[in-house]
Amino acid sequence: MTGRKILLGNEAIACGLLESACTMATSYPGTPASEILGTLVEMKSEIPREVHLEWSINEKVAFEVALANSFTGRRSVTIMKQVGLNVAADPLMSAAYTGVTGGFVVISADDPGPQSSQTEQDSRFMAMLAKIPVLDPSSPLEARKMAKEAFLLSEKYEIPVMLRPTIRVCHGRQDMEVEGFPFPKDQAAFQKNPGRWAATPEFRFMLHGLLNKKLEEISEDMHHRPGMINAELMADHFPQTLTGENEVCIVTSGVVAAHVQEIMADLQLLDKVPLYQVSMPFPLSSAFRDELLGRYDRILVLEETYPVMELQFRNGEKVFGRHTGTVPPSGELLPEILGDILTDFLHLDAPSKRAPSVLPVRRPTLCAGCPHRSAFYAIRKVFPEGIYPGDMGCYTLGLNLGAVDTVLCMGASISQASGFYHAFKSQKTDAPSICAAVGDSTFFHAGIPALINAVVQGARFVLVILDNRTTAITGHQPTPTFGKTLDGMEVSKVSIPDLVRACGVQFVETEDPYALESFMKSLKRAHDHTLGARGGVAVVIAQRPCLMDRLHADSWNRMEIQVTEECTGCHLCVTTFECPAIVPQGEQGPVRIDQALCSGCGVCLDICPHGGFETI
Amino acid sequence: MQQIIVSGVGGQGVLFITRLLAETALKLNHSLLISETHGMAQRGGIVISHLKIFSRHSSPGFTSPLIRPQHADILLGLHPESIQAHGFYLTKGGTAYCNSIEETNGAFFIDATTIAVELASPLSANLVLLGYASTGKKLFCAPGHLMDTLVQLGGKNLPISLRAFEAGKKEGELFFGGIAPSKK
Repeated sequence: MTGRKILLGNEAIACGLLESACTMATSYPGTPASEILGTLVEMKSEIPREVHLEWSINEKVAFEVALANSFTGRRSVTIMKQVGLNVAADPLMSAAYTGVTGGFVVISADDPGPQSSQTEQDSRFMAMLAKIPVLDPSSPLEARKMAKEAFLLSEKYEIPVMLRPTIRVCHGRQDMEVEGFPFPKDQAAFQKNPGRWAATPEFRFMLHGLLNKKLEEISEDMHHRPGMINAELMADHFPQTLTGENEVCIVTSGVVAAHVQEIMADLQLLDKVPLYQVSMPFPLSSAFRDELLGRYDRILVLEETYPVMELQFRNGEKVFGRHTGTVPPSGELLPEILGDILTDFLHLDAPSKRAPSVLPVRRPTLCAGCPHRSAFYAIRKVFPEGIYPGDMGCYTLGLNLGAVDTVLCMGASISQASGFYHAFKSQKTDAPSICAAVGDSTFFHAGIPALINAVVQGARFVLVILDNRTTAITGHQPTPTFGKTLDGMEVSKVSIPDLVRACGVQFVETEDPYALESFMKSLKRAHDHTLGARGGVAVVIAQRPCLMDRLHADSWNRMEIQVTEECTGCHLCVTTFECPAIVPQGEQGPVRIDQALCSGCGVCLDICPHGGFETI
Repeated sequence: MQQIIVSGVGGQGVLFITRLLAETALKLNHSLLISETHGMAQRGGIVISHLKIFSRHSSPGFTSPLIRPQHADILLGLHPESIQAHGFYLTKGGTAYCNSIEETNGAFFIDATTIAVELASPLSANLVLLGYASTGKKLFCAPGHLMDTLVQLGGKNLPISLRAFEAGKKEGELFFGGIAPSKK
């Protein structure tokens, strides 16, 4: 892969990692970070075999595996989305104290908006909390460069370094030159040093002092001193005031810098107002801060998503941003929003070009033929008055079917089902049935401790494990049931039923959700178990591969479905089943099948009470 | 310099059309920035790509991956609802092409879905629309450039992809060449 290429931000980052001769990359998939390791996996043939890649079981494990590799002096990266970093917060905080030997980069991809996450938290604050430096790229090309800089910075100060791209960088594309990759030559060597790698609290105190000293040095490192983007254009005019009032400047980081630069070019401001880009928002260069506070009367700070740089200015008089209400406290800083902030701040007369508030035209839905749809339909049928704790994945879309009541974070469906049970258990009558649903990958990620806990605390509920044999929502990464490493080496397949039994669950059945009737019977038996004298948690595994997963392209018998004359136009199939291949025609008209979308799963044959569907 | 919005519903091939245009721009020695929709919205939700094309050597080019409202030169709507959802991106005098059976807000329209179904390839409606739009003389490239890129990308669906593109192109040539009655 050489020459001029159009690379996705995440591909560009993967490129930067290889150019740095990184020897290990670990990750748990999550939008917007998934394609970074995904790219490395696809490029496996171009990467030396010595480079270890893994889709780890969760972010905490991914972090710790890669960190140990760094302890042996080898360059390592661990990759996740911002909420994944919450899961890895424990090792992150500790690793900042121990420091590292081989360059260690933590990539945490943020999702301002949020577009595909439960929060729009700012990973840079996590870097600040952990006391590690963070780099904030403004474009795919810069993300690639910063991946390399991150390793150098990490090795220079023996500290983990965070690279924090946001979704617009991850899922942006840009043309750039690509060359070959160097061969990693770091040999593993572990120097025992219990005072560092296994520090007791006494030594931890010392390590904390050391960490503070490193941070101070990093904040003074000239190599990471923020620069003025428009220094050349400003040179002829500086210091010129724009409005006759006191001097102003703008401080940005990340993709916001790219938006602001373009807006200022449009408004012909690049030779009038200094624009600074901070590539390392934490620790903010103290010399830079003092210089700006000395030189300007008003400083506008524009960054996503939380006020990380703004707070480090420690000045409420001259600095404008979120604390002054100049910048909205939530949401992505879209260019049109930035345009309005700029014109207000600079007292310019320019019409607002905000997008009109358009009603959302259509919501995402489970694919036609998705096995989750029939599982949720069955759950609604069997537990019409139930409480449905849900979880993170495609099957969050069970919301549309009324079969998901809560979505908190990875694995919470099981612990919350437990909590709901204990909340209602003293209620002798009218206690609602509780039926939780979790995907296979999420179950492995964070569901197992929750399930053991539920069992040993005496909770009683039905848990449906939606086992589609893959991590579908993020692009079909393998789960521990796959039985192969990314190198293609055969390893043990972890069996979900065995695992569930080992957690102490007495009732475990595996059913095909396409076989609606027997699946519903299984749910009823599970429910009976939760009510029985020696009952407890009952698990039904809904096993059916994801239709979109190319590994299982022919896992079902494709039926050809047509609508019969019996269709009354009641649209029950549309409102309660919501298959995108079933298209309503008019308010009361019969439905029609969109053959381009229909997967031929045939579940709709069992849904219609009037016999409105048949196979051809 | 050209700013293009590609809008549609997840699964319709918005990303593929964006890629086709971008690779063509690269071959013509332009630079480009793109912003794509990934993740949950791809499950049948409304998805959008921003594509900004500019000269590689003259500055200022673009720096932001996003197109601002009222700044897009071209809007390619793969779905009838695209114009309603994303029409606000078009600049005054910009051009919209839409896969639709009827006119919406002054967009040039073609029933790309029906044409694709007639070709027994309903998922190729995106290429029918692109073929149609490529003859409108507003895009940064000519129909031939796009077909070259299609061939270069290859794949087992290439013959049907080319047929779909050509079907749209033919409709476009009739219409924009003034032979077919005006639909606008």
